[in-house]
This record gives sequence, structure tokens and C-alpha cells, in this order.
Amino acid sequence: MKGEVNFKVKKIPIEFSINGQKREALVKPNDLLINILREDLHLTGTKYGCGIGECGACTVFLDNEPVLSCLTLAAAVDGKEITTIEGLAKGNKLHPMQVAFLKNAAVQCGFCTPGMILTAIALLKENPSPTEEEIKDYMRGNICRCTGYVQIVKAIKACAEGGENESI
Amino acid sequence: MQTNTKILAQEFEYFAPKTLDEALDLLDKYKDKNIKILAGGTDLLVKMKTINLKVDYLMNVKNILEINFLDTADGLKIGAVTPLSHIIREEKIKMKYSALYEGIMSMAAPAIRNMGTMAGNLGNASPAADTVPPLIAYGAEVKLQSKRGERTVLVEDFITGVGETIIETDEIITQINIPKINKNTGSAFLKKSRVKADLSKINLAVCLEREGNVCKDCKIVFGSVAIKALRAEKTEGLLKGQMINSELINKAAEEVSSEIKPIDDIRSTAEYRKAMSKEMLKDGLELAWARAKG
Repeated sequence: MKGEVNFKVKKIPIEFSINGQKREALVKPNDLLINILREDLHLTGTKYGCGIGECGACTVFLDNEPVLSCLTLAAAVDGKEITTIEGLAKGNKLHPMQVAFLKNAAVQCGFCTPGMILTAIALLKENPSPTEEEIKDYMRGNICRCTGYVQIVKAIKACAEGGENESI
Repeated sequence: MQTNTKILAQEFEYFAPKTLDEALDLLDKYKDKNIKILAGGTDLLVKMKTINLKVDYLMNVKNILEINFLDTADGLKIGAVTPLSHIIREEKIKMKYSALYEGIMSMAAPAIRNMGTMAGNLGNASPAADTVPPLIAYGAEVKLQSKRGERTVLVEDFITGVGETIIETDEIITQINIPKINKNTGSAFLKKSRVKADLSKINLAVCLEREGNVCKDCKIVFGSVAIKALRAEKTEGLLKGQMINSELINKAAEEVSSEIKPIDDIRSTAEYRKAMSKEMLKDGLELAWARAKG
């Protein structure tokens, strides 16, 4: 599918950091970050849900802030730092939010979990002791189709109360 | 053709200027060639994916540091690509520009607010945009630049219809200026949507200036009730220079529901919007009035 102008689409060299490692890549202008992560880097923790910014399953950190990788051009991450769910654990030690999700059974099918966990970490960075209402409000862009919200909110609360919300 | 939102199928050439001059040069060069400006991408890329909006040249302006700032010294000056989430972190905005703070807080979700920009919200020109009613209520202006020069227009005059603005193809929004507001001014933003992350069925910004029990000045702006955000000037006229009491507020609420011109659409009905406008105006006036005290 082409626009009206016919041109040779140039590939764009980009340099970025992924989970702390420097990478170089040659991307097409219309490559999306999510597909580079999943298909080229085989980081399949980041999920494709809706593709239009409604569900939050594709959430990653871009320069330490959650963004949606399905609406981010790969070319636009040139010079930036990306963190995905795979970058949270230190060796075999899970991030406290991952532990909290496990302990509180906040995972059913698991499809929304990577996005949920990244968004929840961002919440605690902004607001270390959120109320239940604040948690629900901040998490509103991450949708769980198993409807496990009760446990998810519980897990985030537990992580906040455990004082385990150190920055990644 | 079925929509595939997993990929961005159409091809285009991509630019990522680092300075405003470079961006203006590119716009000048490609102004007749279907160039689009990419900021957060939360509207533009969705349109390119879902309704196959054609773009031949895409210019990402997110890396232009000159238009990424927040200046609170005299009123508010907000850079075109300053993320929405950074705007609401500013204490002055939370304390003084309540309607703007509440408007941005009501938008989508944190990840979208990290990506999205105010200039993008204006340029996208959706009748349901949540920053537009507050900006109009504050009398905000948009600064536009091109190689030909610059001009400043009121947000109220900038958007002309659904997805339509007065911007020329060689122009870019560089900043938004919001005038200083005094101590007797209070504002509020209210929104009705199906769930919190949704677009507005109807939204409202009220900004009023109070002198004792008199409403010295006021602006009432509804979104999602016409092809663009609508100022309820007749209703404003009823309140301006008057002692505020519940009788007058009820009268204003009746007036406003006949002044707005909503339609039935995917998100709501004209009937619902008219009924809600009354209650929202009462609540909005009450809230802004109370805030004007401090």
C-alpha cells in the first residue's frame, strides 16, 4: 500500500539501548517498535493487543516512562533507552512488582501482565503509596480480559506496602 | 479491506529534524507533497492504521528541544512537544489552572499522556479533545511558525471543524500561551465518558472571575456538542456582571442546553448531551466559583 508519491523508502540506521544493552538496527520508516522487539530481538514478553492504544498490552518504558510500542515508530527510538518486561529481573531475582503479582495471583492468562507490571512500576515511582482509587485510575489504560483486576490492585498495593518499589 | 493494526502497512519517507529551522525547511520543501507532522502519534498513527490516512512524508518533531519546554514565569508557555504528562506534573498548573489539569488528567491513560502533546491534541482538532475547552476558557493562543514568519492565533479561532484548523501546510505549532490568571479566577473541567479512559461524550470547561458575590467575567466552553468546541456566549451573557445565586444558575443551565448543538453519534445521543449539559454547568459553575474564592 503506497501513498501517491513513489519513492524509494530509505532504511534508517538507529542506535538504542534495550534492557541496558546497546543495539544498532536498520529499520524501515513504517516499522513499529513492537515488531522490532518481538520479531527481530525475540523479546516476546511485550504483547500485541489492540494496536490502537486502547489496551496497554504493548507497554514498554521509553527513557523510563511507559509508552505504547504499537504506536511508536522504531525509527523514533533512535538514541533512546527501552526497557521491556524482560529487563526487570536482575539475574534470577525478579523485580518486586513481579514477585507481588505472583504472590497475589494477579496473573490468569498472563497476556496483559507485562504491560500491567510496567505501568504499576511507573505508578509507584510517581506515587509510592497510592490509594486503591489512585491505583485503579493509573491502571485504567491496561485492560485484563480475564477480569483479574481485584488481584492486580491487591498486588500493586502489596508491593507499595512492602516498600519494594525501588526504581529499576 | 480488513484493518491490520499489528503493522503500519503504508510506506512513507521519515524525517527527524533536531532543530526548528530544519523542520521549517522540510515543511517548506514538502508543503505541497502530503507531509504530516508526527508528535505523540497516538492519533496520527491510529488514523494511518485504521482509516488508512495517507502520508507520503512523515516528520517526527519530538526531538526538537526548542519546542519542548514549560515556562511558568508569566502565565504559561507550553512547548508544542512537551508531553502531556510533564505538563500536569507542574505544581502551578495543578494549583491555578484547575480546568487544564483536570482536562489532561481525564485523557486516556498515563502511557498515552507520556506520548501525547497539547499541540497534537489541537492539531488533531477532534470535537471531543479534552485540552481544547480549557484552553479556550483561558483565552489561550497558539503560536504558528513557518519559513515565512510567525503568527499567533486564539485557540478558539484555530480549530474550524472536525479535524480542521487554519494551519497552512508549511506551518507548525511551536507553542501554546495561556494568559496569567488572577487570584479571583477559578476554573473547572468536567467530562462524561463511558469509562475513564474513553473519549468524551460531552465535556465542559468553566473559567470565571469573581468579585464578592458578583461574577465579573466568565467563559463556558463545551466539547463534543458541535463540530468544534463551543462557547456558550448567551449563557455567559446571563452570568456576567450578575450576583450569583441558585436561581440564576438554574436559569443559565436551561439556557445552555438550548445553546449547544449536539448530535447522535457512536458515543452518545443529542438528548443525553442536552440533559447532561444542564447538570454539568451547575456543577462546573459551583466548582469554579468555590475555587475563585482562594
